Formats: sequence, structure tokens, C-alpha cells
Amino acid sequence: MADWEVVIGLEIHAQLATRSKIFSGSATAYGAPPNSQASLVDLAYPGVLPVLNAEAVRMAVKFGLAIGATIASRSIFARKNYFYPDLPKGYQISQYEHPVVSRGSLTVMLDDGTAKTIGITRAHLEEDAGKSLHEGLAHASGIDLNRAGTPLLEIVSEPDMRSAKEAVAYMKKIHTLVRYLEICDGNMQEGSFRCDANVSVRPRGQEKYGTRAEIKNLNSFRFVEKAIQYEVARQVELIESGAKVVQETRLYDSDKDETRSMRSKEEANDYRYFPDPDLLPVEIDEGFIATVRATLPELPDEKAARFASDLGLSVYDAGVLSASRELGAYFEAVVAELGTAHAKLAANWVMGELSSALNRDNVEITVSRVSPESLSGLLARIVDATISGKIAKDVFEAMWSEGKAADVIIETQGLRQITDSGAIESVIDAVIAANPKQLADYRAGKDKLLMFFAGQVQKAMAGKANPAQLNDLLKAKLGGAA
Amino acid sequence: MLHNLTIGELAEHLATGRLSSVELTRHFLARIERLNPALNALITLTADEALATAAAADRRLAAGESGPLIGIPLIHKDIFCTDGVRTSCGSRMLDNFIAPYDATVVARLKAAGAVMLGKANMDEFAMGSSNETSYYGPVKNPWDTAKVPGGSSGGSAAAMAARFASFTTGTDTGGSIRQPAALTGVTGVKPTYGRVSRFGLVAFASSLDQAGVFARSAADAATVLKAMAGFDPLDSTSVDTPVPDYPALLDAPLKGMKIGLLREFFDGLEARAAALIHDALKIYTSLGASTVEVSLPHLPLSVPTYYVVAPAECSSNLSRFDGVRFGYRCEQPKDLADLYKRSRGEGFGAEVKRRIMTGTYVLSAGYFDAYYLKAQKVRRLITDDFRAAFLKVDLLIGPTTPTPAFDIGAKIDDPVTMYLNDIYTIGANLAGLPGLSLPCGFVDGLPMGLQLMGPHFSEAKLLNAAHQFQQMTDWHNRTARGYE
Repeated sequence: MADWEVVIGLEIHAQLATRSKIFSGSATAYGAPPNSQASLVDLAYPGVLPVLNAEAVRMAVKFGLAIGATIASRSIFARKNYFYPDLPKGYQISQYEHPVVSRGSLTVMLDDGTAKTIGITRAHLEEDAGKSLHEGLAHASGIDLNRAGTPLLEIVSEPDMRSAKEAVAYMKKIHTLVRYLEICDGNMQEGSFRCDANVSVRPRGQEKYGTRAEIKNLNSFRFVEKAIQYEVARQVELIESGAKVVQETRLYDSDKDETRSMRSKEEANDYRYFPDPDLLPVEIDEGFIATVRATLPELPDEKAARFASDLGLSVYDAGVLSASRELGAYFEAVVAELGTAHAKLAANWVMGELSSALNRDNVEITVSRVSPESLSGLLARIVDATISGKIAKDVFEAMWSEGKAADVIIETQGLRQITDSGAIESVIDAVIAANPKQLADYRAGKDKLLMFFAGQVQKAMAGKANPAQLNDLLKAKLGGAA
Repeated sequence: MLHNLTIGELAEHLATGRLSSVELTRHFLARIERLNPALNALITLTADEALATAAAADRRLAAGESGPLIGIPLIHKDIFCTDGVRTSCGSRMLDNFIAPYDATVVARLKAAGAVMLGKANMDEFAMGSSNETSYYGPVKNPWDTAKVPGGSSGGSAAAMAARFASFTTGTDTGGSIRQPAALTGVTGVKPTYGRVSRFGLVAFASSLDQAGVFARSAADAATVLKAMAGFDPLDSTSVDTPVPDYPALLDAPLKGMKIGLLREFFDGLEARAAALIHDALKIYTSLGASTVEVSLPHLPLSVPTYYVVAPAECSSNLSRFDGVRFGYRCEQPKDLADLYKRSRGEGFGAEVKRRIMTGTYVLSAGYFDAYYLKAQKVRRLITDDFRAAFLKVDLLIGPTTPTPAFDIGAKIDDPVTMYLNDIYTIGANLAGLPGLSLPCGFVDGLPMGLQLMGPHFSEAKLLNAAHQFQQMTDWHNRTARGYE
């Protein structure tokens, strides 16, 4: 197989978390009965007019500032004309030649630890369409226009990604960012965050891009990865067999794990874009931009850099803990109680025990059953050697299920670590006496048996012996070792 | 007779209790019943609702409330959505459409206490200059029923000329108020784009459409416009600037006013029509105004420019009529494509289809730059011409139409000739300027209109100039034989 280079660009649709629609006062809540959130404007009744929701513009500007983009002082809404039952006006109000946000970029961390900057061509505001319903209706289709007019920010990248993994890393980064900015709930099952992937291949070293296919409507990171992988393999196989890739729109079928043709370039609509005469150009001045800038939170990259430099976390840990605003806040609350000297311990626990418990029971971190204060209470007992790390895991489980403080569980269950050398030594003596063969082997050089003796002692002491102390005492008693 | 009294006179009678709104309403309804069959000016008559509204107005008056339009009967062009009343837009497409809400214009006049008698006939979707494209049949001109009343607000103009109401409403996208006002001998005002809300007005060409009024006189029009105009948060293109007290400004002296005579409007204008305009100028000169000739070099391009921009916007605006949610739906559609094709094919008339196709063409890939973009550039040049002219003069003056009303059937098969009928009115729409047509005499026994145009938001000045002219002339008081 020749050496092929993959070229990917993504168009991400992020549903903006405004309370009302972009051009009408209807609510945007998900899951309401069909057409209960469709006003006359959403239904495109004769004579109605769109009125722009300023909040959607504010959110788009917030995103633009977060990716270091240019905010247009004047952007224009255009009509994209095509007929479809879920598009009541027969046109979608979008932005075409003059988007509100242009020329930004984002840095993603690749698996090999290198950083890569992905260009963002533009981000524009537009309205979502409704939904066609085909189930449960004989000889007819239903239309639900609740979603029609929901504000979307379409974020268009440069064709800068070179593998499915890069594409996923980029999409995850945008996902993190929009949630940080609180402009999108990021809910992919409900379609609040989805993307189209433009995929092509070219022989490595060739400058000209290959013919691309656009895969529509991917609504999970896994589907993005699998769809791109399938599409790349399909295109390479086509070219290597002497055929040509045709420019077309394709759909990913997750059940069959394949993409299939939806429509070719020739069948594509001529959208006849033109400026929407019902809406004035959106004028954005420096004052407005400054106001929005003042509301920007600490961004994920800034937070990760601070975790690494101020708290001494590894780049990886800093990245994980800054991946969501809530996770970062939780971690920082633990560190605030415990002291920055123990940030690494806090990081391990938040990323380890806490995250797995949250995942296992499907609980959001904001309503975690173990609060940051409780967790730091537990970790403080590790720090002051009241309990061992191993025992702490049991205490954590008890805290999670019973909702009690660490100290209460440690006391009531008698888990306090034994640091009385005399008590530990007497058990060591008994264990050594009971295992003469192992003692001989150890002394003959089988160092690993130290673990055996330690295990026997802890077993006899219900795991409560201070591990470090036990180790030292054991080595001294066993003697003769290397 | 009641129907010949001004709105001011009627309001006074109503306020003093010498006349009730119910009586006045009955008078107009009887007149409509007797005279409308010969004119076909109305699509829908709402007699019962009108009497109920009139009774409510009488109660407001009896309670001591005062207002210039309380109890005053009107007829709305059938392009304005009226809650609970069919809003057909002159089309089979909306023949079954009962609007579920009031247009802002309707709501404001309702709140002012005006009494809607019914909905006026019009060219289908306001596309036409003769009222012959209506699904409900052509409207006849009261001055000669073999003639058209003009369009697209032909029903509103004919109803005003026949004195079926104290005033009527209309919309003007390329002359649709001023041209029929001229051809029927009434006063018609097309305000500045953005002066009156477009919310609830079934859209034809959004960047050109503007609602306005037909009245017996500039003074009556001033009273109505004051009630209609003003910012509307539901229309992003409406302008948030105060509405002047138009009636209070009618009597301002014209001494020192500079009137520009549009050279381009006289090229090829028939001598008798030109003479009427020059007679009008003499009156203005006698009132102390001075006249200068001005030229708008790009104005002759206004018709082709308009017939790119307006169809482009209409092709998109009319996409919502798809047989899915409201309006006409074909019988037994086979599939989605069939539903679209037949619902639209059967629901729209020939002129509407012609404009949708033209508009789709000029917006298409490969043609957009040559047509739509070029037209927008010319539109800018025309606007700049007007702006330059208004640095030199206060108002522009000229004929509203090149000829008086033409025969029904004379131009309907020749779209280009029909389109040229709007040659003097389209410029104001492209530039978003206010315009007014007032009666200024007769040619062959048919009324002719004098057109005044001014800078943006100069309605008060236009009404003032028209009112002063009407103080010196009685053309506006003439009525057709049989409609006295």
C-alpha cells in the first residue's frame, strides 16, 4: 500500500444554550411534546418576521474570543433556500459571506504528547431545522417543529487534521471549550453537539488535496472516529483499485459501521444564498466585545498550565483535571482544604477513586456523594498516617455508600493504622516463627519473599499496620537480605 | 352625506353624539352592498364583526373616551393578517387561510377604535399593477368600469374612490399605493421604509414592502398615518424614531420651500398629463415655493433593477407556501415532490409563478453576480441620486403614472408593458423614500395623480405640501358619477 495522507476538516454544530430560540420567543427545552414549542414565527406563518436573540450573538462572540478569533464588526444573516418539510420557511437563516467569528485556532494534545494547532476558519450563527417523524403514522409523515429555530453555532475548521484520532481530539477540545464557556450543554445524545466531517486522502508529499466526501451528522466521538476510519479505508481502496473518489455527501451507519452515499455534487442543492432583508446587519462594537471578554472564565489551556506550573502536576494530569470546568473546580476545592503540597495526592484520588465511582453510578460531579471537603478529610488521614492508602480506598467506598465523614468511619470501624512498633514486632516474630522455610529462602537471596512476610503480617493485623513502618521492621528482623 | 365627510368631521359628530358608529357603519355597509357588485373591490365583508366593533366604539365614546379614529370605518387590504378573518392575499393559495393573529397595523388601528368593514381585493400577493392577477377577479375603476383601478392595492383604491369607508389601507412595494391612488382619484401615502411595521403583512419583497393609507385627503391620511406609524419590536426593519404629529403640521406655510421637478419623469410624458403637473407647480409657486429642475441619472434603471430585486426576494418569501402547514394543498399527493409541485402549481397564479421563476433564476449559482448583485449596486446608485437631489431641494414632484387608467385586459398579456406602468413610483421603493400621490386633474375624464417624494421620514412635509395644494384645489373632492 502506498503512503497515504489523510486530510480532515470538521464542521461542528453546537446548539447554543439560550432559553429562547434565535429568532422567536419560543422555549428551546429538549423533549417537549411535538410542536408545543413552535410559535407562529417557528411555523413560518404568513406575515411573521424574525427578531434576533441578542444572547445568541453574545455567546458566539464569547466563543470567538476564546479561540483568539476576529469578531466581525458587521456580520450579515443570509437565507439558504431549499424545500424540506422540516424547514417551514423554505429557507434557513444562516450566515454566509460575513460570519460573526472568523480566523481563530485551537491547540490539541496528541497521543504522543505533542501539541498541534488546528485552524478555525469561521464560526457562524444559524437556526436549526425541525424534525420529520415517520414512526406510528400510516401513509404520512409527521413534523415536529420544536427544534426549528434553535440557535446553532457552526464551527468550521481548516482541513488541518491528519487522522481520525486528531479529529476526535479536536472535537473533544471544542466540546470542552463550549461547556467551559457555558454556551452549549454539550449533550450529544440530544443532538446539542454534532459534526460533519470532510474527509479526503492524498499521496504523502502531494500538495493538492484529494476529492473529499462529507460525512453528515455524527453525534458521538466514537462515531466520528469510526466513520472517518471507514471512509479513509474506502477512499484508499477506491484509488488503489484504479477508481476515483467522487465529491458527495455520505451518511454513517453505526449499526453496519460504514458510510453510504446520500447525494452527489450534481444532485446538490443550489441554495441561492442572499442577505435576509428581514434582519439588519449585526453591528458589534469594541465596547460590547470588552463586556463579553470580561465574562470569559479561565480557559481549559490556561487552567491546565496553572495546574502544571503552580501545583506541579504532570501535563497529562493537568489536562485531565481541566477537561471540564466542574472537575477542575472539584479538584481545586480539595487542594484548597488539603494544601498545595498534596496536590498530586488529590489529583490521583479525583482522577482515580472519585471518577470511577461517579462513572460507575452515573453521577455528575456537581452532585457527588462525596464532597470535596469530605474527600480532603479522607486524604488528610493518609497524609497524617492515620490510615494507609489501601485502607483509605475502603473508607472511601463506605463514605460513598453511607455518606459519612472519613473520621467517623475510621473510628467506628477501628481502621486506625497501628504504628506501635512493639505490637507490629510481636506479630512479625510470630509470622517468622511460623514460616521457617520462607525465612531460609529469603536469607538465601529470594528478596521477593519480603512481600510474602509483609502480607502475612498485614493479614494477621487486618491490614492496619503502617506499611512503611512494617517494611522497615521486617527488613531488620529478617536480616541478612541484600 | 356621511361618506363624504372627513374623518375629522365624523369624529366630531361621533364625539358629540349626533352620530353613532353603528349608524355610520350601517351607512357604509349599505353602500358597499349596493355599489360593490359593479366594482368587486372587496374579497371579504365582515358586517357582523363591524357592527359589534362599532357598538363597542360607541360605548367607548359614551364613556367619554376621545380619539380621532374611534368608531371610524375602514377597509384593510387583504394582505394584512386579521385575527379570525380570512387573509387571502388575493390568492387561491390562501383562500382557506384564517389568520390566527393581527398584523401590527391592524392591531394599532383596532386599538385606536377604527371599525373594520372588510378586506379589499388586490393583485395576487401584491404582484400586479392593475388588480387583474387576483384570484377573486379584477377590480373595476369607479370612474369607468371598463378600466383598471391600478394595483396592487386596487381594491383599497377603488373602495376609497367609491367611498365605501372613511379610509382604506394598502401596501406599496413598487407603487402599489400611489399608482392606484392616482388612477382612482384619491390620496395615497407610501411612508418611508421602516416607518410602519411590516409585521403581519404577507411579505412580497421584504426590502421594499411598506404599508400605507388611502384617504379622501391629505388631512385624513395624516390622521390615519399617525395611528399606524411607529417602531415595532416585532419588525427588526422598523425604525425607532418618534412619530411626528402629522395633523398638527398640515398648515405649515410653504413659503421658501424648494421643489425639484424631475426631468426624467417628463421624458415622453403625454402633453396633457405634463400640463396638469405644470398647473400644479403654478399653485405651489403661488404658495411661495420655488421650483428647480433636477436630474436623477440612474432613475431610468429603476424598473429593471426592481424586477430583479423584488422577484429575488419573493421567490424566497413565497417558499413557505408549500401545502404543509396552511393554505392550499393539492388533492391526494403521491409523495413529497408531488405535494410541493401540485400545491404550488395549482395554488399560485401565472404572474406569481413568473416572478418566482425570475427570482429563482437571478439568485442561482452563476447568475447571482450578473443579476442580483448588479441590481443591488444600481439600487445604491439610485439611492445616492436621490440623496444628492435632496441636498438641493425639499421635495421632488412629478406625475404618479404616465397615463390615466387603462382598459381591463389591455396589458395583462404583456408583462413588460405592465411593469413600465410603475416607472415613476419604483424609485422611491428602491431608495426607501416616502411618496404621496394626490389627485391633480383629469385626462379623458379619468383622474391623474401628482406625486410628491421627500427624504427619509419627511412624511410630515409631504402631507403638509399635499394639504396646502388641496386647500387651493378641489380635485380630491371629486367623485365618480354614481358614487357622489
